[in-house]
Parts: sequence; C-alpha cells; structure tokens
Amino acid sequence: MEPTLNNPFRRSVVKGLLGTTSFWMASGNARWAEALAAEAAQPYQPAFFNAAEYQFLESACERLFPADHNGPGAKALGVAEFLDRQMQTPYARGENWYMSGPFEQGPANLGYQLPFVPKDLYRKGIAGVEHYARQQYGKGFSALSALQQDEILTALEGGSVQLGDIPGRVFFEQLRTNTLEGAFADPLYGGNRGLGGWIMLGFPGARADFMDWVNQEGASYPIGPVSISGETA
Amino acid sequence: MVKHIDAIIVGAGWAGSIMAKELTEAGLSVVMLERGSERTTPVEGAYPESIDELRGAIRKRLFQNLSQSTLTIRNTMDQTALPYRQLAAFLPGEGVGGAGLHWSGVHFRVAPEDLRLRSAVIERYGEKFIPEGMNLQDYGVSYDELEPFFDKAEKVFGTSGEAYKVQGKIVGDGNVFSPDRSDNFPLPAMEDTFSASVFRDAAKNAGYHPYSLPAANASRQYTNTYGCQMGPCNFCGYCSGYDCYLYSKASPNVNILPVLRQDPRFSLIPNAHVLRVDLDSTKTKATGVTYLDTKTRKETSLSADLVILGAFQFHNVHLMLMSGIGKPYDPISNTGTVGRNFVYQTITSSRVWLPPSTYTNQFVGAGGAGVAIDDFNSMNFDHGPLGFVGGSPVWVNQAGVKPIAAALGAGGGGTPRWGSAYKDSLVNTYKHSLGIDAHGSNMAYRDVYLDLDPTWKDAYGQPLLRMTFTWKDNDIRMNQYVVSKIEPIARAMGATKMNLVHLNAGQPFDTRTYQTTHLGGGAIMGENPQTSAINRYLQSWDVSNVFVIGSNAFPQGMGYNPTGMVAALAYWAAHHIRTTYLKSPGPLVKA
Ligand SMILES: Cc1cc2nc3c(=O)[nH]c(=O)nc-3n(C[C@H](O)[C@H](O)[C@H](O)COP(=O)(O)OP(=O)(O)OC[C@H]3O[C@@H](n4cnc5c(N)ncnc54)[C@H](O)[C@@H]3O)c2cc1C
Ligand code: SF4
Repeated sequence: MEPTLNNPFRRSVVKGLLGTTSFWMASGNARWAEALAAEAAQPYQPAFFNAAEYQFLESACERLFPADHNGPGAKALGVAEFLDRQMQTPYARGENWYMSGPFEQGPANLGYQLPFVPKDLYRKGIAGVEHYARQQYGKGFSALSALQQDEILTALEGGSVQLGDIPGRVFFEQLRTNTLEGAFADPLYGGNRGLGGWIMLGFPGARADFMDWVNQEGASYPIGPVSISGETA
Repeated sequence: MVKHIDAIIVGAGWAGSIMAKELTEAGLSVVMLERGSERTTPVEGAYPESIDELRGAIRKRLFQNLSQSTLTIRNTMDQTALPYRQLAAFLPGEGVGGAGLHWSGVHFRVAPEDLRLRSAVIERYGEKFIPEGMNLQDYGVSYDELEPFFDKAEKVFGTSGEAYKVQGKIVGDGNVFSPDRSDNFPLPAMEDTFSASVFRDAAKNAGYHPYSLPAANASRQYTNTYGCQMGPCNFCGYCSGYDCYLYSKASPNVNILPVLRQDPRFSLIPNAHVLRVDLDSTKTKATGVTYLDTKTRKETSLSADLVILGAFQFHNVHLMLMSGIGKPYDPISNTGTVGRNFVYQTITSSRVWLPPSTYTNQFVGAGGAGVAIDDFNSMNFDHGPLGFVGGSPVWVNQAGVKPIAAALGAGGGGTPRWGSAYKDSLVNTYKHSLGIDAHGSNMAYRDVYLDLDPTWKDAYGQPLLRMTFTWKDNDIRMNQYVVSKIEPIARAMGATKMNLVHLNAGQPFDTRTYQTTHLGGGAIMGENPQTSAINRYLQSWDVSNVFVIGSNAFPQGMGYNPTGMVAALAYWAAHHIRTTYLKSPGPLVKA
C-alpha cells in the first residue's frame, strides 16, 4: 500500500518534544533533532528486516551518509525505517521491472540482469556482507570500527567482493540509492526526519510556488521547507 | 458485433490526440485505444501529493510499466541484446496523455536545413563528406510546407517564446538562426531563472546569440484554439516526469482531450493494449486492429477504414513489425525499411560552480524555460574543417532540480560518492552550481536499427523489440566540439570551478543513466519507398490506410527536442488526410 496523507504519524509523534540539544542544533537544524528524540522515545519496529539486518542498515547507512558539520546523518534522518517501509511496497517486489527470464549476464552498460528484486537483494546482500565481515575481521559489520566498515563499503563499491549470488557492487549501489532516497524523500515515507535532509540542501520541499523567486540575482531562498503533510521547519 | 468505426487511433499521447481532434473535426467517428489507464490533472496532478519526488520521478509513477512490455538493447550486432529491465536511459509514457503528460515542455520548431540535411551537406561539402555507413537522408518535406502547422500547434500548446522574424520583419530578440514565422508566439517568453540569466549574459559576452527557449509552459493565462484553458506557470519545478498541478504545462490532457471528450463522435478506451493492426489477405489494406483488455485479458477486434499509429516512436515500429506492415529492415543486405535509421539524441550535462555567496536555487524552474544558443546547431557553423555532420544547441534549462536526483548524481568521476566529503560536495553543488547541456543531433547508421528479439517476450506473448544502438565517432566528435565551446561561456559567468562533460571516443551507449526520451526513426518518412517506411504524408508506402505519426518519422536525430516537430507532422498529415485522402482513399504518393 502507498502511504497516504491520512497517516501523518510522524507529525503527531514529533509534536511537543522540544528542548533536546545536540551539536547540530548549533547550525539551526532543530527540527530533526526533535524527531531524533521522538525516535529514541518510541523506536520504530521493523516489519521486513530482522533485528540483526536492521542493525546492519543503521550502521552501514550512517557510514554512507554520516552526521557531520553539514547536518544529520542517516540514523538521525530515519533512513533504516524508510528502508524497512519501502520493503513493503511494490517497488521492493520489483513490480515495475521486467523480470522475465532468461537471465543472462552481459556488459554492465546494458543494465541490471539479475533475477532478484530489491527485497532479495537486501536479504542476500546483508547476509553476504555479514559473512564477509566475519571472514575478514572476525566480527559482524556493526561491531567493527568506522574505519573497517568504510573499508568494506569501499571494497563493495569497487567491485572486488562477491556476496554469494550478488556482486558486491550491485548491493552497494542498491543500498546507496535507497539511503539517499531515505535522506531526501518527503517524510511521509519515514526518512528525512524533521525535514533535516532538505534543510541541509536549502530545498523548500513541497512549496512548489516560486512566482516571485524566479530571479533574485543569486540570493538564497528565504523560506524553510514544508512537507506534503504540512510539517515545516 | 461492433459497429463500424471510421478511424482507430492507437495511443493517447500528443500524436494520437492531435489526429483524433482533426479527424473528428472532419466528421469521422474515432476510437482511441490506450494501453495505460485514464489520467486527468485533478487526480494525477493534485497538489500536494503530486509534489512528491519519491513517488514521481524516482519510483516512476507515470511512466511505462516495464513488467508488461519492454525492449532488449545491445550496442553492436555481434552482441546478445539484453532486456531493458529497469527504466533509466529513457522513460516512455503510458496512460492517457502518454509522455505528453510528463514531458518538460521545451517546444521547438525545426532548423529548416535539418529537414534536407543530406542535400544541404552535399551542396556545401560534397557527397564524400558523408561518412561511410551513415544513412543521411532528407525528410521530403520543407519548412515552408510545415510552417502553418508549427503555428497551429503553438496556438494549441500555448507556447511561450520570443520570435526573431515574423513575416520577413525582425520583431524581437529571438533566435537569430530561426526561420521566418507567419505569426508570433501566442505567449511572451518565460522569465529567465537566475541561472539562465547568467548564461544569457555570459553567452552574449562570449560572442554568441542567446535566446529564450520556446516553452509549452504558459507564461500567462491562456485560452487555446480549442477553448481549453491554461493558468500561468509559477516555476514550481515539477514539470519533467510529473503532471502539472496548475494546468500550466501543455499536455493532451489539458489542451486537447477536454474538448474531444465532449464530442459524440469520439470515444477513448483506456487499458486497451493493441496487439496488431489486422490486414486483409493482400497485406495492402488494414481492416482494423486487435487489442487486449489489460484488466480482463480479453481480446477484441475492431474494424475501421483508417488506422493511425500514435503509440510513440518504437512502439509504432513494434506494431508495424507485429502486423506485417512494410518490409523489415535487414542491415546485412541493406534492404527493407521498418526498423531502419533508428536514432536518438546526444546529450551531455556540464556543471559550473559560482562563488559561495551566489545561490542558484536549482529547485526553481520550469521544464521548458531557459536560455540557449544555436551557434553550433544544425548547419549554422562551418563543418568543413571539423569533418562531422550535425550539431547541438547549448543551454541552461533549469527545470527544477530535486534533492534525491541531486544526491544520486553527486560525486563520482574520481570524487567520493558517499561519506562526509561527498556530503560537502553535494551541498555545495546543490546550492551554488548550475547545469549547461549540449543537446545534440544523432545521425543514422546502417548497423543501428530496430528489429524483433529472438528470445524475450512481453506479458502478452509477443516478441520484444530489439534495439541495436551505440554512439558513433561522428556524433562523439560533434559533441566534443560543441562542449569545448562551453568553456568561454563558463569563464564569462565567473565560474569558480567547472566540470565539462562530453562523450568519449569509443564510449558505448549506457542504458543505466537517464539521457533523454528523444528516440527517433525506425519508420522514417521520405520520398523513396526503398529507403523510407512512410511517405512524406506519414502514410505507409505498403498499407495506404495506415498512417504512422511520431518521431519514428525522423530520418536522423536533430539537435532540438522532438515534440514540436511531431505535433507539426501530425497536423500536416491530418491536413492531407482531410483535404485529399478522405475524398479518394489510396496512396497519396505513387510508389
Ligand atoms: C521526462 C520527459 C521529458 C521530456 N521533455 C520533452 C521536452 O521538453 N520537449 C520535447 O519536445 N519532448 C520532450 N519529451 C519527449 C516527449 O514526451 C515525446 O516526444 C512525446 O510525448 C511523444 O508523443 P507521442 O504522442 O508520439 O507518444 P507518447 O506521448 O509516448 O504517447 C503514446 C501513447 O501510446 C500508448 N501505446 C503504446 N503502445 C500501445 C499499444 N500497443 N496499444 C495501445 N496504446 C499504446 C502509450 O501508452 C502512450 O500513452 C520528454 C519525455 C520525457 C519522458
Ligand atoms: S513549472 Fe510550471 S508548467 Fe511546470 S509543472 Fe510547475 S507550474 Fe506546471
């Protein structure tokens, strides 16, 4: 089912939780810090991923999109929740992909040719990375240092690791893509908490009216973002 | 028993909707069959749900559902073509309005010499100038013949622009390379975004001739020729890949179908996937079409006197091949025409960074708005010493950059694609940079073509179309030359950094990243039935009661976006059907 506007659960959770401080607040990103506090108070219960898989996602996504001086990272933005919720949509079942066989492999530039839909890629990919982490470092991914986690992600991106049926690079690209989606999609889908992704970029969200701002000679747009459900920051 | 229909139209996009309007005006009963679902602005375009990047351009809500049908792609004839399993390089439409619902709205005419490119190149540089294996051809129709139909289309689309020459008189600061017009644009040009204005000034300083892109985004309130209304565009930035919530971007749904739907001679059947055009035993006459109701999976045959294919470029070719209309092209023997001269569009996007105190606000934009130069398009410059055919407009067309797209595209080319350094560059690039495109021609070649795939099938059991396509040396060198001309412009802009992107020698076509949905050729128009599938009126040479409307008619890909040309060709074909064909059905040109 597609999320609908009748379920603005994020807003109701966030409301009323003011006053949490963190180093990000110094840069004015107060809103997602509130959301972070809300999340701590009432953690999301994943429905597709098991606890270990979810923990992997929380760690790996944070390395891909870490909290830093630019603003919040994947964890604060709710990227893992976003991913879990996406796994319950037609997208995760590959319903818009052509998935008829035979599945023959060819040059990379001719595109994706595996018989796996996103749900499969995550199940198999996470298991494969955990296996690789234990093999290389003797520990599960989340127990490794940030440096070691980055080494694994770099190896996956570079294409030198095979994760069972799945090339490491394919899993990496899937994870990177969905992580960035989770950071910047409308909060309706569980990520971009407190509009933190949009604040970072100066993107006004669903305002969709720039009649008086077509050309202001390079001045910065002055109004903060608004989400589809009406959340502002 | 189904009652007799005068004309069946396959596809509810621009081509189909224009033809349906024209033929009902001529008094014909018309049934339009569309494989996708019904679509209207108050539903698909409703604010704020439509302002949703994830559901829209990312999850591809409005585009073709590949699970039902797709095509296979290979670069060269010795490869095995593989299915295009995920939408990426191009995004065909589906549903009422077709891609006309989610296009951007850059609404060009044509550079007159592009219509007779073979003749023009030979006149200037001699026949030897044309590289071996390039199927350079003329359209068989001239700009002067098409001019009234460009004018007609602009008044239906509510096109915003600034003219250069109207009826021989210079009237404005438009494109100095553009041909004479019988009338002005119906609406004044769209305002320049900040990025576009910077490009305009810099291009002028560098000695070029900037002009406002003609845009089928309404710069003012407008009532079109049919009485359909558009509201002024507010630069919301959700044109490309979306349904405009403000009725400001021209679409069949806003500009034609509201009146057509009220005409008792017209009916529209959605969820009707046409499997083939039915031919009589002589294979020279169509008797109607057979379609599948995609909901019930029931097949129905309809009979008609006239069949119009408006299913989009490669779907038109697929339907011709499935129906046995014309002779399939064979690149080895160089015979046959259906599938011949398949072409695309070269495009590379370069990036320029302005100082950190300057905000480009890339989320502000409209799909068709921007500033371009034509100094390196078509035959506007001397190709002699350069040794290639074709050219590119160069432009800033800030259509509204949204955050997921920006994030996915950031990094790479030696810079980090994740981590903190990636975030630095993403934020900096989003806030302070702008994009400049070289959007150019693509020539036709003997070994670049469309045919049926031997292995893969669609959900209805029909073989997929197979595309054999890659970038060729002529087009790569053209792109490189034009991109090199961006540098002085970027300098004049005060760039703090630039990333000039061009095609590289030997670089194969990559299906994984979006380029354009400007596919062309495959069933081209022309004056010789040996080298064209349809005549200059877009009528099949082989089956005279079938007309094939779309960019399939282009013998080679031009620098401009295709839809203005498609619309003009539709009105041109309709005019000749109405004035000549209907009086005495049969071939409009003797083979
Ligand atoms: C994101 C995007 C931006 C674009 N921007 C521009 C732009 O700025 N300027 C420009 O000039 N062009 C642009 N284009 C291209 C433009 O959309 C197309 O050129 C134009 O829509 C083609 O019109 P058409 O009627 O030929 O085909 P379509 O609009 O594709 O319509 C064809 C219809 O036929 C239906 N159909 C196909 N097969 C069958 C079948 N077997 N049975 C029944 N129905 C069938 C399809 O579902 C579709 O609805 C853009 C395209 C995209 C995707
Ligand atoms: S930019 Fe203008 S034309 Fe495009 S969708 Fe927004 S309002 Fe409509």
